[in-house]
Amino acid sequence: MTDFFGSQAFIGFVYLIASALFILSLKWMNAPPTARRGILSGEIGMVLAIGGTILQLGTEGKLEHIAISYTWIFIALGIGTAIGIPLGMVQMTAVPQRTALSHAFGAFCVTLVGTAEYYLGVHAGNLPTFKMSVLCCEVILGGLTITGSLMAAGKLQEVLPQRPIIYRGQNIVNLGMLAVAIGLAVYLVHNPSATYLYPFMVGIAVVFGVMLVIPIGGADMPTVISLLNSYAGLSAAAMGFVLQNKLLIIAGALDGSSGFILSVIMCKAMNRSFTNVLFGAFGQVQASGGAVQEQRTVRSASADEAAGILAAASRVVVVPGYGMAVAQAQHKVRELYDALTKKGIDVEFAIHPVAGRMPGHMNVLLAEADVPYDHLKEMDEINGDFPQVDVSLVIGANDVTNPAAKTDKASPIYGMPVLDVEKSHTVMVIKRSMNPGFAGIDNPLYYMNNTLMLFGDAKAFVTNIVKELTGGH
Amino acid sequence: MGTILIDSLFVFMMAGFIGFEVIKRISPLLHTPLMSITNALDAIAVVGAIVLVGRHESKLAFILGILAVIAATSNIVGGFLITDRMLKMFKSTRPTKS
Repeated sequence: MTDFFGSQAFIGFVYLIASALFILSLKWMNAPPTARRGILSGEIGMVLAIGGTILQLGTEGKLEHIAISYTWIFIALGIGTAIGIPLGMVQMTAVPQRTALSHAFGAFCVTLVGTAEYYLGVHAGNLPTFKMSVLCCEVILGGLTITGSLMAAGKLQEVLPQRPIIYRGQNIVNLGMLAVAIGLAVYLVHNPSATYLYPFMVGIAVVFGVMLVIPIGGADMPTVISLLNSYAGLSAAAMGFVLQNKLLIIAGALDGSSGFILSVIMCKAMNRSFTNVLFGAFGQVQASGGAVQEQRTVRSASADEAAGILAAASRVVVVPGYGMAVAQAQHKVRELYDALTKKGIDVEFAIHPVAGRMPGHMNVLLAEADVPYDHLKEMDEINGDFPQVDVSLVIGANDVTNPAAKTDKASPIYGMPVLDVEKSHTVMVIKRSMNPGFAGIDNPLYYMNNTLMLFGDAKAFVTNIVKELTGGH
Repeated sequence: MGTILIDSLFVFMMAGFIGFEVIKRISPLLHTPLMSITNALDAIAVVGAIVLVGRHESKLAFILGILAVIAATSNIVGGFLITDRMLKMFKSTRPTKS
């Protein structure tokens, strides 16, 4: 029996089952009713693969170290679990930075394994061209993903400034660094024994990751997180090539394509290309764009006026944005939803694909607050309905409602698909002040005749509206 | 080397296509949990790290392997845990609350 557990056929078979379970896991993730089955399937696949690998190790040739190795493997699994549990229990508002951090961890693992494989390969004189090429891909992608993701996490957690940091010749510096790293990789592929160059290659990739994310602002985070997700997946797939491990190739390819698809969706939702997000100067365009500042009148309203208008409506659409997440207003928004629904008013939520800081961010926050997901509408689903909507209530969203994206060719967001809130009968916008925020794009929506500005903190204002609606004092 | 390379490329290509087709169908509603679960699945890289520790071929490989196992395990545990917490929250009919 131990013969079978130790055989290549056994581990191959286990990995085959695990691969199938991983694919099913993602298939079941397509809709909420089956999604939790997807987790179970992924977990079973994971346990099988890890268990099988550990079992097979015990029956391999070199046995003198195996007891020590086993001890250390279990200690490492234990420490990893101890770190993983708090990372899995973070608040829902912290999910974007947690996700970025986990991309860094994944890439860290891949880069370390790649580095170990390199030095073992050099020692054994066993680094054929192909293996060395994928190994270089693995560690370059891994290296830049580690620091890129840490930078993204830092920006999202606001320990680093969210505004883009831009300097002259930035793109040339970045592309130059990447070119040097690739140049070193090419040299190492032909001369794997040039060990003194290897740390430089990894080091440049690591610095490149920092430089890549520095110029990217908070509003572009959904794309960047998706892209880093894709890189983490591809580096794991490259590791699968190095180790000749098909399960790793499959998992890496799944993760890579998932990140890629999400990046494409995010880019389309902003009408921008990959290169524009990564190398474009979002901040620079605005500097020249917002020169003309004429005085225009803004109408504002108080909480009881807003409550009166909402109570008189029969159909209300709430448009949440990052501001709702920052103010932690999602639970109060649910109370508003309850109060209006109780009055027989139809309330829906219009979710723009890039609202928030990562794909699906708003959906998770609203689901956390117990808003039923069948009331969460995608942009394409609801955009045609706005002329029939009595009140659109914009909470902490800005660019995704900006009608200038449709009409003003000079606007930096011209061409971006936006929610047509201005077509509804009344628009109410909860906003701290008329300050356009760090993106600095003026929003003509605020000056329209059917728009009422509700100045104040999102959470406090919604609380006041709810109080007025429910008759509390 | 040649056939192994081609084999691996076949697997990569097929998995890429399957990934595209499967993930394309995932509702935007679940894009955040999708990202956290693919993160957990991606941490299957832990098996490579486990083998590295198990074979104990050099001190360096052993230590790097241990660190890699820790990093990947935290992603597996954290990733599945948070995905499960998120998915539990998605309800289509509101529970009765007063």
